[in-house]
Amino acid sequence: MITAEHVHKIYPTRAGDRVVLRDISFALARGEKLGVLGRNGAGKSTLARLLSGAERPTSGKVTQDMSVSWPLAFGGAFQNALTGLDNVRFISRIYRQDYQRNIDFVADFTELGLYLKEPVRSYSQGMRARLAFAVSMIIEFDCYLIDEVSAVGDARFHERCEVELFEKRGDRAMLIISHDPEYVRRHCGRFAVLHDGDMLFYPDFDQAYEAHLRNLHETG
Amino acid sequence: MPSQLAAIGRSAQIQGRVIYALLMREILTRYGRHNIGFLWLFIEPMLFTTGVTILWTLTQSLHGSSLPIVAFALTGYSSVLLWRNMPGRCIGAIQPNLALMYHRNVRPIDIFLARILLEAGGATISFMTLSLFYIYIGWLDPPVDVLVVAGGWFMIAWFGAGLGMFLGALSEKSELVERLWHPISYLAFPLSGAAFMVDALPPAAQKYALYVPMVNGVEIVRQGYFGDQVRVHYDLLYMLTCCVVLTVLALAQTAVINRGITPE
Repeated sequence: MITAEHVHKIYPTRAGDRVVLRDISFALARGEKLGVLGRNGAGKSTLARLLSGAERPTSGKVTQDMSVSWPLAFGGAFQNALTGLDNVRFISRIYRQDYQRNIDFVADFTELGLYLKEPVRSYSQGMRARLAFAVSMIIEFDCYLIDEVSAVGDARFHERCEVELFEKRGDRAMLIISHDPEYVRRHCGRFAVLHDGDMLFYPDFDQAYEAHLRNLHETG
Repeated sequence: MPSQLAAIGRSAQIQGRVIYALLMREILTRYGRHNIGFLWLFIEPMLFTTGVTILWTLTQSLHGSSLPIVAFALTGYSSVLLWRNMPGRCIGAIQPNLALMYHRNVRPIDIFLARILLEAGGATISFMTLSLFYIYIGWLDPPVDVLVVAGGWFMIAWFGAGLGMFLGALSEKSELVERLWHPISYLAFPLSGAAFMVDALPPAAQKYALYVPMVNGVEIVRQGYFGDQVRVHYDLLYMLTCCVVLTVLALAQTAVINRGITPE
């Protein structure tokens, strides 16, 4: 279970402090899948980083009683100057994994071939997404935080992601952030909308989506 | 209590793993796999030290003692590299590594420690290799007391590590640290004891020279190297205090930036 209690996050900006998340409390149980909708800049990725433990809330508390992945996004978590293989080695070392086995899996999943020996900065967006996704699948977590993995890559990549995440790991808890409403609807059982620092929960997708559309078209 | 100890043990294990991973990564990003790769880690300081040794030999630098110039330059300049490189690498170390902080076990202190270990290791290997080489070709007599050399070297390394982590953490808050470090480290070189023996200074100045922490460390190293050939002056307690105070400040500042980090 992940529990967020009165989580508050403020970022200092030139124009003064900006409240990104205001007094958010909820729990994500084992096996539960929560979809998060919200406009650009609503704080979705911040929420994922806070839940992962990579970032600390300004006040409030996040408790993890199960193993939680880092936010699986197509950027981040990589060192661009290093090759794909070196990144796999680095992450294997941090999480104490057998890196030889991981390399085999990554090579097979990404189909990057010789590119794995080139610096990540020379990769296309789609290649990066493939690598990022494969690397996050080499470590088994109880909960995956998924931040827009479906936004890049081709159809074949999407199919393989589906298999890895929702077939092989269908029993895990997930927090899914996406701008693709269909993707969220299909995979989640509970929904939340982030807007103006508040997080509202909906058991039903249609209600959540309606609220999200209202926020999208709100002016100001 | 035992479970608390076990938890600390587990944390220490994770931290060790993270620092090792960062160390390997750092070596790769800095030196790559071209030409001699990570050998540069100590070849570079060796070139520096050798260059300075040659220059000082040619110019017959006045160092106010009867010591062979090679030994004098080796002990002096190696010490400078030791305390100066750690802050140099810790300042601005967090920004380029923000992406790695997506992994919750990678924290600013790990990045500092990895860089500190790498710099200290490079300077130490360089110092040892050059010493052995100079001893082998007969330019240098073996140190009188290796343990004393190691003790002085350790004090300088500790000072550099504390200073490095402190300035590294401060540089996250203000870029002034980076701007000012270059001139200050440059100006501190002649004051650091690398190019003089305290005994050669006028008695009135000796007291003030020992207020510079590094000077004490260099004097200890030289005592170990030359034994009774030289008269050294140092205040170990003073240097120890400086190191402890710096370490506490460094850890406190690192804890502060740890709370404010935003991975990108």
